[in-house]
Amino acid sequence: MAPTDIANPDYFHKVVDCQWACPAHTPVPEYIRLIAAGRYSDAYMINWQSNVFPGVLGRTCDRPCEPACRRGRVEKEPVAICRLKRVAADSKDDIRDRLPKPAAQKNGKRIALIGAGPASLTVARDLLPLGYTCVIYDADPFAGGMMRTQIPRFRLPGHVLDEECGYILGLEPETRFGQKVESLKAMLAENYDAVFVGCGAPRGRDLDIPGRKEAVEHIHIGIDWLASVSFGHTTKIGKRVVVLGGGNTAMDCCRTSRRLGGEKVDVVVRSGFAEMKASPWEKDDAMREDIPIHNFLVPLEFTHDNGKLTGVTFEKVKAEYDAKGRRKLIPAGEPPVHMECDDVLVAVGQENAFPWIERDIGLEFDEWDMPKVDPATMRSTHPKVFFGGDAAFGPKNIIWAVAHGHEAALSIDLLCTGQEVTQRPSPLVNVLSQKMGIHEWSYDNDVSLDLRFKVPHAPKELTLKDVNMEVELGFNQELAFKEAQRCLNCDIETVFERNLCIECDACVDICPMDCITFTPNALEGDLRGLLTAPAKNLTQSLYVSSELKTGNIMVKDEDVCLHCGLCAERCPTGAWDMKKFYLETAKAHTCSR
Amino acid sequence: MTYIAKPKLHHPGLPTNKLGFTRRDYEGRISTLCAGCGHDSISAALVQACFELDIAPHRVAKLSGIGCSSKTPDYFLGQSHGFNSVHGRMPSVLTGASMANRDLIYLGVSGDGDSASIGFGQFAHCMRRGVNMVYICENNGVYGLTKGQFSATADKGSKAKGGAVNSDSAIDLASLALLMGASFVARSFSGDKKQLVPLIKAAIAHKGSAVLDVISPCVTFNNHAGSTKSFDFVRDHNEAVNKLDFVPPEKEITVDYEPGTTEVVRQHDGSFLKLAKLHSDYDPSDRVAALTYLQERAAAGEVVTGLLYIDATAPDLHEHLGTVDAPLNRMNEKELCPGADMLETINAEYR
Ligand SMILES: Cc1cc2nc3c(=O)[nH]c(=O)nc-3n(C[C@H](O)[C@H](O)[C@H](O)COP(=O)(O)OP(=O)(O)OC[C@H]3O[C@@H](n4cnc5c(N)ncnc54)[C@H](O)[C@@H]3O)c2cc1C
Ligand SMILES: Cc1ncc(C[n+]2csc(CCOP(=O)(O)OP(=O)(O)O)c2C)c(N)n1
Ligand code: SF4
Ligand code: SF4
Ligand code: SF4
Ligand SMILES: [Mg+2]
Repeated sequence: MAPTDIANPDYFHKVVDCQWACPAHTPVPEYIRLIAAGRYSDAYMINWQSNVFPGVLGRTCDRPCEPACRRGRVEKEPVAICRLKRVAADSKDDIRDRLPKPAAQKNGKRIALIGAGPASLTVARDLLPLGYTCVIYDADPFAGGMMRTQIPRFRLPGHVLDEECGYILGLEPETRFGQKVESLKAMLAENYDAVFVGCGAPRGRDLDIPGRKEAVEHIHIGIDWLASVSFGHTTKIGKRVVVLGGGNTAMDCCRTSRRLGGEKVDVVVRSGFAEMKASPWEKDDAMREDIPIHNFLVPLEFTHDNGKLTGVTFEKVKAEYDAKGRRKLIPAGEPPVHMECDDVLVAVGQENAFPWIERDIGLEFDEWDMPKVDPATMRSTHPKVFFGGDAAFGPKNIIWAVAHGHEAALSIDLLCTGQEVTQRPSPLVNVLSQKMGIHEWSYDNDVSLDLRFKVPHAPKELTLKDVNMEVELGFNQELAFKEAQRCLNCDIETVFERNLCIECDACVDICPMDCITFTPNALEGDLRGLLTAPAKNLTQSLYVSSELKTGNIMVKDEDVCLHCGLCAERCPTGAWDMKKFYLETAKAHTCSR
Repeated sequence: MTYIAKPKLHHPGLPTNKLGFTRRDYEGRISTLCAGCGHDSISAALVQACFELDIAPHRVAKLSGIGCSSKTPDYFLGQSHGFNSVHGRMPSVLTGASMANRDLIYLGVSGDGDSASIGFGQFAHCMRRGVNMVYICENNGVYGLTKGQFSATADKGSKAKGGAVNSDSAIDLASLALLMGASFVARSFSGDKKQLVPLIKAAIAHKGSAVLDVISPCVTFNNHAGSTKSFDFVRDHNEAVNKLDFVPPEKEITVDYEPGTTEVVRQHDGSFLKLAKLHSDYDPSDRVAALTYLQERAAAGEVVTGLLYIDATAPDLHEHLGTVDAPLNRMNEKELCPGADMLETINAEYR
């Protein structure tokens, strides 16, 4: 294998599993250490810089970082990264004086942002301090998008959302709330320097089966119904509710139903329980509220009594796998099942819809009627029109919307400063030794053996009575400290200096995880098998040195390194050092201008 | 040394042995030796060997004298018996223990100062007697613990860190062990676990005095240019006479080697030692030839390593003395103290 090029920022970035997996590349371990140190405001600002909505995301993030977290490979469960973020938001001081101020001078460029969801708000936040005039349009009378209209208040209290949307509105964008954009052509005619489309994926899929039209009064499209609850238009539902679908929307529908009068609420999914789209913790939360989830049932018909819904009939199916391992649902050959109910919530998917975008303005759509968008620049085939969030590649989540927003803002800044949009600036990277003394490090290298702590909940008797009462109480500071200590500090990288190594084996002997091997070189495939502990996790890199004095090379499998620093402590020559790798992705303000 | 304890977490794929232990279960407390000390590598090799041999830790007794090397029993086999004795007196304490309980595996851990200076006599006598033990001398050519004075194994002409040149003749512990009648003599290097681990396994399986002279660089006081016990010097001058493959008793031995290139020795416990010859004329069963060879190569400036000598059938001290088969702690009072009449009978024999 060729020696590892550690000068390439991607190498060490990839070792920080959580940061690498985070669409916005939040420097997770850095903020976790700050939480452990009680520096909540500093932890918050690091988050705010990267993900714009720490308080919101600390409660609602899809947390792609957690399945990636190294801790989950070393013991049972990853660090509760997401809920630690919430602690930073809850415990911080007033940070308003740390936020950028509205630009003192405008730069004369005008940007239209369509939709006031997280994607557009991120673009606005990145561009406003640079002097751009941002005009935000939304059909709704407020900012927040689906964070406000869809995510129930018992998961995300209104004041948290108000606060974080407020930080952006405080940068003084022009808002056209309550104004639906009906034509992109017309918008482009208004002489904007760029247009950002962040209109989300607003359409809920329907279920066209017998009885749908007749029983229409008690069959609701999930996201429309949730929005109506959020607006306060809907305050009640029948005692018996069937929720169709297995995604996160279904979980919000069933839990909201339980709070609006639903006594017997059932979730029914076509697939198996394990394949449901909903996150495991959302399923847990639903089941904890006495909501059973029935699987392998395909809806056949809505039954009704002269237009009054009486229930849903399902066909029982089973999963069958073909030679290629693809799953097919085939009838189980059992009699249909009928479930009686008063209301049905259909939560079987969400779709994009762009009726207001003309197809003759040089903005191309693909075979699925989605705009053609370059995932690196977020630019459409129209040079001035950018997309982000759910509008770009279909429904995702808030953190992806934020990540898209950053990239789009960067592109817009490049465009407006006459630079090439495809020439992305490099990230800000800092690599610094953490050595303080012979055995002293600037971080706590003693690895905690604690298992993941559970976030305390408010009593169910109370939360089920109030649709606006937050269920999760969040970690208190003591629990937060303990949970933070579980983080392995993966950003404190093991850095090897070949010229100093005397091949004494001290690092090999001390390493608790058998990460390090000195061996003759070989091709990567063979090398992985030659190590003290075979490196079977192919998604994790091998760190390889050039040839040492004996002709061997040093190979470190990054997979399960605890970043305990023992290798560096045991090295008599300082050939190993623990260096903090800090990476901040390039944003609009990093561009040259 | 290190301040934090080695984390209990281990690699998810860490194998277990027949007893269900992982290698980590054979570790001891966190070492307090200098970072990079060769002795820590020897501890790691001992851990690996005992893990691979499926040894129940409570069947092992570790005994040592005084020195950095003699401190190491604290850093491996944390579940085994241990006795940190007086400077140079490990052999006699170990001999006593072995006499009382012949069922344990005895690991005698010593240094070159502990063995070749203050304990020189003890070393010689336990070899002569054939005490059933593994005698490991962690040989760095200095008194590490007392800040690096030359020890008796330092080569004549080698340089101390401060520049002083050693004018005394060196004691070669391997030659001495051969001379004193040890039935298993090997030399190795702390920086070469591929060689060291099988040698330790073979030594543990050997009945009688098995001596391992392991060159183990003292990174703090004896790893500079001019030292003959440094990593660089040993790597440059290491001449292995053979390559050992240890085959435990229960394993079938496969005969897949060219005749004349490999020698197979069957040990007392049924284990086999497969020795690939690296020097075609070297015969590890010839004590006199081995002695000559060591002298010759040492004069040529080489550090000869490998299994230097083995007599797999030699009787040990218990056989010499005709002691009872059972360890004393498993005999009852009546057996151990047969009474006044028996004493009278024995005394009468000497009248
Ligand atoms: C029930 C439900 C629960 C969810 N829970 C979570 C969760 O817990 N965590 C998570 O990360 N994600 C969650 N999501 C997904 C998340 O809400 C979205 O991925 C995210 O809000 C997308 O952001 P966006 O900026 O692309 O658009 P959106 O948030 O969808 O905002 C788009 C905005 O554009 C406006 N708009 C649309 N068309 C026009 C137009 N023509 N003119 C003017 N305005 C227009 C809309 O009114 C809306 O306000 C959930 C989604 C649903 C449906
Ligand atoms: C009776 C006695 N004499 C002298 C000493 C001082 N002393 C302690 S360790 C040591 C030498 C140890 O050398 P070695 O056995 O080579 O161990 P190393 O530290 O080199 O591993 C000496 C002389 C002592 N502890 N006890
Ligand atoms: S252990 Fe900490 S730094 Fe490592 S992946 Fe998990 S949260 Fe990130
Ligand atoms: S920091 Fe060093 S000693 Fe600790 S687990 Fe990683 S490689 Fe091993
Ligand atoms: S002084 Fe020498 S022998 Fe002693 S611990 Fe340090 S390096 Fe090892
Ligand atoms: Mg010594």
